[in-house]
Amino acid sequence: MQFSRRTFFKFMGVAGASVAALPSSARAWKSKAPPDSYGCLVDLTRCVGCRKCEEACSEVNKLPAPERADCQCTIFDRKRRPDDKAYTVVNRYFTGKLDQFDKPLPTYAKVQCMHCQDPSCVSACLAGALTKDETGAVKYDVSRCIGCRYCMVACPFEIPAYEYHNPITPKVMKCTFCYDRISKQGGLPGCATICPTEALTFGKRKTILKVAKKRLKENPGKYIDHVYGEKEVGGTSWLYISSVPFEKVNLPVLPNKPLPKLSETIQHSLFSYLWSPLALFGVLGAVMYKSNKVQEVPKNKGGA
Amino acid sequence: MEHKASPLNKKFWTPGVLVMLVFMIAGAIAIIARFTGGIGYVTNLSNARPWGLWVGVDVATGVALAAGGFTTAALAHIFGRHYYEPVTRPALLTAALGYTFVVLGLLIDIGRSWAIWKPMFYWNTNSVLFEVAVCVAIYLHVLYIEFIPIVAEQFKGRVNLPGILTVFNPLIEMILKIGDAVLNKTMWIFIILGVVLSCMHQSSLGSLMLIAPTKIHPLWYTPILPLLFLTSAFAVGYPMVVFETTIITSSLKLDSEMNILAPLTRITIFLLGIYMFLKLGDMFVRGTYIYLLDGTSQTNSFIIEMLFGIMVPWIMLLFEKVRNSRKGVFTAASLIIFGVALNRINVFIVGYKSPLSDNGYFPAPGEIFVTLGLIATLMFIYRIIVTYLPVLQAPKEVSP
Repeated sequence: MQFSRRTFFKFMGVAGASVAALPSSARAWKSKAPPDSYGCLVDLTRCVGCRKCEEACSEVNKLPAPERADCQCTIFDRKRRPDDKAYTVVNRYFTGKLDQFDKPLPTYAKVQCMHCQDPSCVSACLAGALTKDETGAVKYDVSRCIGCRYCMVACPFEIPAYEYHNPITPKVMKCTFCYDRISKQGGLPGCATICPTEALTFGKRKTILKVAKKRLKENPGKYIDHVYGEKEVGGTSWLYISSVPFEKVNLPVLPNKPLPKLSETIQHSLFSYLWSPLALFGVLGAVMYKSNKVQEVPKNKGGA
Repeated sequence: MEHKASPLNKKFWTPGVLVMLVFMIAGAIAIIARFTGGIGYVTNLSNARPWGLWVGVDVATGVALAAGGFTTAALAHIFGRHYYEPVTRPALLTAALGYTFVVLGLLIDIGRSWAIWKPMFYWNTNSVLFEVAVCVAIYLHVLYIEFIPIVAEQFKGRVNLPGILTVFNPLIEMILKIGDAVLNKTMWIFIILGVVLSCMHQSSLGSLMLIAPTKIHPLWYTPILPLLFLTSAFAVGYPMVVFETTIITSSLKLDSEMNILAPLTRITIFLLGIYMFLKLGDMFVRGTYIYLLDGTSQTNSFIIEMLFGIMVPWIMLLFEKVRNSRKGVFTAASLIIFGVALNRINVFIVGYKSPLSDNGYFPAPGEIFVTLGLIATLMFIYRIIVTYLPVLQAPKEVSP
């Protein structure tokens, strides 16, 4: 290998100049949550497990009809998860609460994409197939997806599902927040249009957060004093209030810190403007230049 | 020391090569099944377990074990220790083949293989995976470029295409000549670039899991995961060279090259020591040692990784007697490789548990066949290349 002094310094000069021109540290991490997004409140004390929301969801999103749509009994024996055929499912939980005849009282909980304010999946997706919309919806653009499933690894709510049995063109499947509908004036997500007990309240996130807090305040003792989703992982568009602890209805205990913060901070402080790779290139170049000047390189060895 | 690499002059179809062929055929059948029935048809992956054996072994472990390429290049070419040059070519070949198979493994694992080019145009610079993908893509080409002089050395001045193709002889000859001349002047750029890109994506592979704190067991989930991945890649580079060289020289009955391998292991004491120090320090600072005696399979896997993959080989290498014995060096190197491979498997598979819906995971036969098939194919191609190209040190035949 030949080492020309002139090409070396030319190259190093460019590298050095671009490093020197940079700000010394990356900016601090900032939330990218949309300012005036929508949200939806789930009041678990009102849900009776009729599963009409599942039916409406399938219809609006052109998914197969829900598994045994009329069943409100044995379907609940098994805990279901949203999958590639259902964006939302309702589960029944017995949490130890009893009614006045000492019979166990069920709590029903609908589960779907939470549409996080700073979604892990959006941060994770290498091609930007997942984006956080102004409406608050986390949108999936299949035309950018390569099927790496890192979004599924990243999601703390275990929501994105995969079409594992499609060999060539599988998609990530998850609740869309019906963004085509909610981006229109007065539009509601499919599930929220149908709920007969008004367990689902759709509106601006700020507004429904107030609604939730008002309900907690006006019904002392009825609810657990916590709006799930207000602060979890930096906040979610879907909010839950309940009379039983949230972890008992499979809503995970999560930190209040947005999950992408750590990895994004590391990535940007190391790789903003590629300052660290360029600096490393420069250092290694200098070492190489020096060590090869001392010992003459045997020529024409080729190969690294 | 004068070193001269040359093509092997040995019988190609040995029993070992035939065994590789069997694995390759089994793998090929599983791959056909994957592309006709889907990922779900051949794997045990689920919505709770989106990454399994293919990502944990074919990709993450594959990248780690290909670290011999950039670590030897750094030592021999950048730090000017030309003494080690005889091992740079086999290490480069392993790295080039290793990364080729990382990409092949990815093509099988991702759902839309035909869309793999998309991240080149659609960037998400917040994504750790984006950085890994870009680095691996560029590095793969850097490795191919670094390999060109070896091809040129074999064929320059002797291009002799069969039949009608002879008319192209002068043209190919010219391309080889110009290419070799250009690379001779610019190779240093590619060598440094290779090291820089390796440092970037080896560490970022560790950052991948930082976004899933609730899913990775606390024994492995630490903010210094990228640093641990980088230092373990440094630590496993030379043991990989020792491992390969010993296997190749003994199966092909070549000179054992102990004169190079012994000092390489001395450097490894230092590099593995840093990794061990960070890993133990991390455990004590975060207080995760409280999990050590809870007897779960996750914890046990961590203990095995720490004990047999890091501490035992490190202590072994402290003894000069071990460092100077071919068997001793080989055993220690194998343990270190085992330790780093197990670390990647632990971080991506064993330590991963979706708290809401996980129902356990063990790779399906189809997944295992694909992984074994890919490894067998890699070894098969390695064997072909060392047979026809000047990669290995010219044999100073030892009597059988």
